[in-house]
Amino acid sequence: MSLLIKHGRVIDPAGGVDAVQDVWIADGRIHKVGKSLKAPAGIETLDATGKVVCPGFIDMHVHLREPGFEYKETIASGTRAAAAGGFTAVACMANTFPVNDNRAVTDYILARAKVEGVVRVYPIGAVTRNLEGKQLAELAEQAEAGCVAFSDDGQCVMNAELYRRAMEYSLPFGTPIISHAEDCDLAHGRAMNEGLVSTELGLTGQPSAAEEVMVARDIILAELTGAHLHVAHVSTAGAVRLVREAKARGVRVTTEVTPHHLLLTDEAVRGYDPNTKMAPPLRTKRDVEACLEALADGTIDCIATDHAPHALSEKEDEFAEAANGVVGLETAVPLLLDRLVRSGVVDLPTLVTRLSTAPARVLNLPGGSLAPGAAADITILDLERPWTVEPSAFRSRSRNTPFAGFTGTGAPWMTLVGGATVTP
Amino acid sequence: MGWKRKDLLGMQDLETTEITDVLDTAVSMKEIASREIKKVPTLRGKTVVNLFYEASTRTRTSFEIAGKWLSADVINFSASGSSAEKGESLLDTAKNIEAMSPDVVVVRHKAAGAPGLLARNLRCGVVNAGDGLHEHPTQALLDLMTIREKKGHLEGLNVTIVGDITHSRVARSNIHGMRKMGITVTVAGPPTLIPPQCQELGVKVSHRLEEAIAHADVIMMLRLQHERMQGGFIPSIREYSRVWGLTLTRLQHCRPDVLIMHPGPVNRGVELSPEVADSRYSVILDQVSNGVAVRMAVLYLLAGSKGA
Repeated sequence: MSLLIKHGRVIDPAGGVDAVQDVWIADGRIHKVGKSLKAPAGIETLDATGKVVCPGFIDMHVHLREPGFEYKETIASGTRAAAAGGFTAVACMANTFPVNDNRAVTDYILARAKVEGVVRVYPIGAVTRNLEGKQLAELAEQAEAGCVAFSDDGQCVMNAELYRRAMEYSLPFGTPIISHAEDCDLAHGRAMNEGLVSTELGLTGQPSAAEEVMVARDIILAELTGAHLHVAHVSTAGAVRLVREAKARGVRVTTEVTPHHLLLTDEAVRGYDPNTKMAPPLRTKRDVEACLEALADGTIDCIATDHAPHALSEKEDEFAEAANGVVGLETAVPLLLDRLVRSGVVDLPTLVTRLSTAPARVLNLPGGSLAPGAAADITILDLERPWTVEPSAFRSRSRNTPFAGFTGTGAPWMTLVGGATVTP
Repeated sequence: MGWKRKDLLGMQDLETTEITDVLDTAVSMKEIASREIKKVPTLRGKTVVNLFYEASTRTRTSFEIAGKWLSADVINFSASGSSAEKGESLLDTAKNIEAMSPDVVVVRHKAAGAPGLLARNLRCGVVNAGDGLHEHPTQALLDLMTIREKKGHLEGLNVTIVGDITHSRVARSNIHGMRKMGITVTVAGPPTLIPPQCQELGVKVSHRLEEAIAHADVIMMLRLQHERMQGGFIPSIREYSRVWGLTLTRLQHCRPDVLIMHPGPVNRGVELSPEVADSRYSVILDQVSNGVAVRMAVLYLLAGSKGA
């Protein structure tokens, strides 16, 4: 598979490149990046004039739902949604059925991904058996089978001793522990953020403290053990501050934020639309501002969607009863290009770093760069393409988005995995 | 009369003039209740469905009597538990009821926002008879009616609501309704039972009962649910009662014309001493009577004023 992508604006933060250049792909790998490359005659070319050529975007936090919840999403549909959204790789969380807490499930996911997936799939293993927070899962075997990180995402491991042991035990594997920081008691049964809006709507809110006490605990445990802690879906000003302080002290902590926590506040919950319900909940304007600031200054390393598909029947219920989570794979990049880059909140190289370079580094993945020899996973953007979010057109099997009807400009144009164009 | 709404979902979205409309209509409805033959043909041929997902005796009965005195056919549909437990979604239930062509559906549900969900999906009128901790608009309207009846006006009065504000839809509806009518509202209770950022609803917050009720024209005591001890909101009923219970001794420092209200059912000896509940200050039974009048007014405005 050889290809010459010509005249695109190449942004490769890992290599410090932001210039109009050509990208020469040979045998599915990056061969050379440079100005007006002389490729052999007859090589297939792609004119990317006016487009932006980036290392492939990696969504390090998705729920593919297979095995067990194929009515919500499958590896086939989820990876197509990823490709349509400009992602060349996804890391999938362990809360499947059965839970990905043992080698057999990891093997199954990887086997399905090989047959049916159209982008790279990196499984994340459970920290504890059946996500129960009581006993460690077989982390060594799972790491050997290909799990790139460990997380009980969706559940918080409340037992600090057990979490400490998980951090210690996984040290030799070089796999981060990804924390779903949400104190179960402070957050119990609470459907949205606690504040004026929850008071008015009569919904029981969970305070920012539910997230922050756990971020604080996990940072302290990371300090104790020397483990690499990655805080999933950070959403509060206080959590951002804790991460910033910990990084300054040299603690091995990284973090991610979702597009919905960057673009929406708890005001969106008025009207009780269950598509505005997720964990952690949508926060206040002050929290959004803190997250945007942290995204720009690097306190927040990555943007990840927390793509959480649910069937319509699980979402068209009363707000308090409805399932947590929203889909994000097909809306993230367009929304970020329009609402953050076009409006000048962050520049394009920073966005590419947060979506590609940083997640590759956090999970120790081979992607995230256009260096010669790297797999030719490439996302090409069209910054002028207008779009409207139409859930009925999603490749995902689910439609639960809070962004239906949103419009903007700038979207993924082409997704290449191993040098081959992916048709979602 | 300028009533244009299909539904009555909450006090937060009502205009002051709409509240006055309901109260004025309720006054004429109350006259019917004083007749020997308590029946007018206003809603003959109309169907009112009471869709109650939460146990309720007085509110459901009140709507039922209101509908019957107006000659509507009133059907009670009790559904226990949430729609999820039943296996049928709320929307499915709603569509089934819609197929029976009711004119008004009165809904009580433990989930905040459930009446709004129905209202968006049903052609008929929807009345919120209490949704979770959100709103209970007919209760607020009957409270306003009772206060106006006793005091002659609403503007400029001081009302203090005492107790578990956090878990009270009655408090929320009253806060919105009273503020719109020019009443100064104080809420009082232990900090654990005052919802976050409550001041931003435009009320004063007090954590001392004596101070909160000293200048009140009206004291509204809320029912304390016994399960609040489990959530760690209060240490014991005993302590709550000693700190927050309204007794005749405490009333001595209040205005001599103070009104005592309670949305019921009263926990005698917890939030209200029996002597206070039965005292000359208490208008608790007037609230119940006015509840029927207010609900007649609401059913009439939603189903009857658009021509038969």
